[in-house]
Amino acid sequence: MITTYLFYLLSFLAIMFALMVVFSKNPIHSVLYLVLAFFTIAGHYVLLNAQFLAAVHIIVYAGAIMVLFLFVIMLLNLNKETEPHKSVWLKASAAVASGSLLVVLVGSLKGAAGIQSAKTFDASIGLIENLGQTLFNDFLLPFEVSSILLLSAMVGAVMLGKKSIK
Amino acid sequence: MTLDFLIYKIILVLIVFSITLLVATYSTYAERKIAAFLQDRIGPDRAGPFGILQPLADAVKMFMKEEIIPNVSNKALFVLGPGICMLTACMTGVIIPWGKTINIGGTDYPLQIADVNIGILYLFGVLSLGVYGIMIGGWASNNKYSLLGAIRASSQMISYEVAMGISIIALVMTTGTLSTAEIAAQQHGWHWNVLIQPLGCLIFIICAFAETNRAPFDLPECETELVGGYHTEYSSMKLGLFLFSEYINMFISSAVIATFYFGGYNMPLIGRWVHDPNALAILGIVFLFMKIVGFIFFFMWVRWTLPRFRYDQLMNLGWKILIPLSILNLVLTGAWMMRHEIMVYFVK
Repeated sequence: MITTYLFYLLSFLAIMFALMVVFSKNPIHSVLYLVLAFFTIAGHYVLLNAQFLAAVHIIVYAGAIMVLFLFVIMLLNLNKETEPHKSVWLKASAAVASGSLLVVLVGSLKGAAGIQSAKTFDASIGLIENLGQTLFNDFLLPFEVSSILLLSAMVGAVMLGKKSIK
Repeated sequence: MTLDFLIYKIILVLIVFSITLLVATYSTYAERKIAAFLQDRIGPDRAGPFGILQPLADAVKMFMKEEIIPNVSNKALFVLGPGICMLTACMTGVIIPWGKTINIGGTDYPLQIADVNIGILYLFGVLSLGVYGIMIGGWASNNKYSLLGAIRASSQMISYEVAMGISIIALVMTTGTLSTAEIAAQQHGWHWNVLIQPLGCLIFIICAFAETNRAPFDLPECETELVGGYHTEYSSMKLGLFLFSEYINMFISSAVIATFYFGGYNMPLIGRWVHDPNALAILGIVFLFMKIVGFIFFFMWVRWTLPRFRYDQLMNLGWKILIPLSILNLVLTGAWMMRHEIMVYFVK
């Protein structure tokens, strides 16, 4: 019972923080609200008994990526005054595009009530032992491919960071 | 989830919290006394016998000072900064196993607040959030020096977290668990992890210095270049909270180093003389605190011995020395663990 209440509370907070990210005028506030939104999503992971995912989510997103975001925004010193003014046409086209996306989402989710989940939910799947077994047995190739992808991104970043590329 | 359980957990939280604050308070006194000892001075000796009431005098001074919030700063975030610093500093104590289980009236009471099975990851999560307090405070001050200090702090912490994480992965490989209680329990007798992972332990300790912003890694508050670093604009107890959270971090880091690498609450040979489990558990707490005090002394000793790094030296040390070393440690650990398989491969 309490998990249901928690779910609704976390969902409400997640959506509220996500909206605040969009509506904040100050980019720094947006980043901080995004961090809070990540926290609520980590809370959802904990509710699903996926503690490992929750911890990694916090470490990677809130702890590393958002710090870099904050870093860049602070260094560029972006604020209300320096934000370029958008034209009316841009705003109108953005409104139309996001409105039609909303219609598509509603249309596709309309039939979702009849969908049955293919597997029953296994509460222990998010624990680290099971996750490790799954990753290194069933999904070994995608796991390794994604690690190579990260490695190549790292090499690319180092190359770009070099002062002179011969 | 009975009421007894809840009360016991609340009491444990309160005890750990108050001990953390107490140790941090007296660390400020110890820091002055050790600095004085290393510089051949006397140190504080006016308040009480041997100056033992000095932390109280400092606290009163901090509270009584005028509270200044700069007009142009972002007020909410300016106040939030030190708060986040204190919060993240106090959160880590939850996963540290302070001792073995104490048995009172037939019920077992483990001396750890939360034995989560991802203890190490929790530690890293809280650690990586610690930088927010400094960054928010430094930015909200609306001062160039504060901003530079905050940016230094965050880049330093991110850089050293990498090496720290890789050195911990090697530890996780040898212990086979992410639970701190399990890691402490495995180190009974002479099975201390520092003997299994000496290089990883060294890297972890160096990174712990950088993560706590202690000298020789205290560039975020480098007076000679940045006035006061990220807390230039802070005054009164808000400044006090920033400084105090550094001492809490130092206490918790010492506890983590002791738990991960130096046997935690274990002490070799003690099982030979003491057989009562409750007495052993209480002795375990004493041993853990002896190790913690030792490490706090080590932190201070290093601070008053070594000069501060230059910023490029700091980054070189982090990225070009510590990270390759920790990867080497990881590979060596893996090779050692798979030595039979490798031997079979070559002998065949």
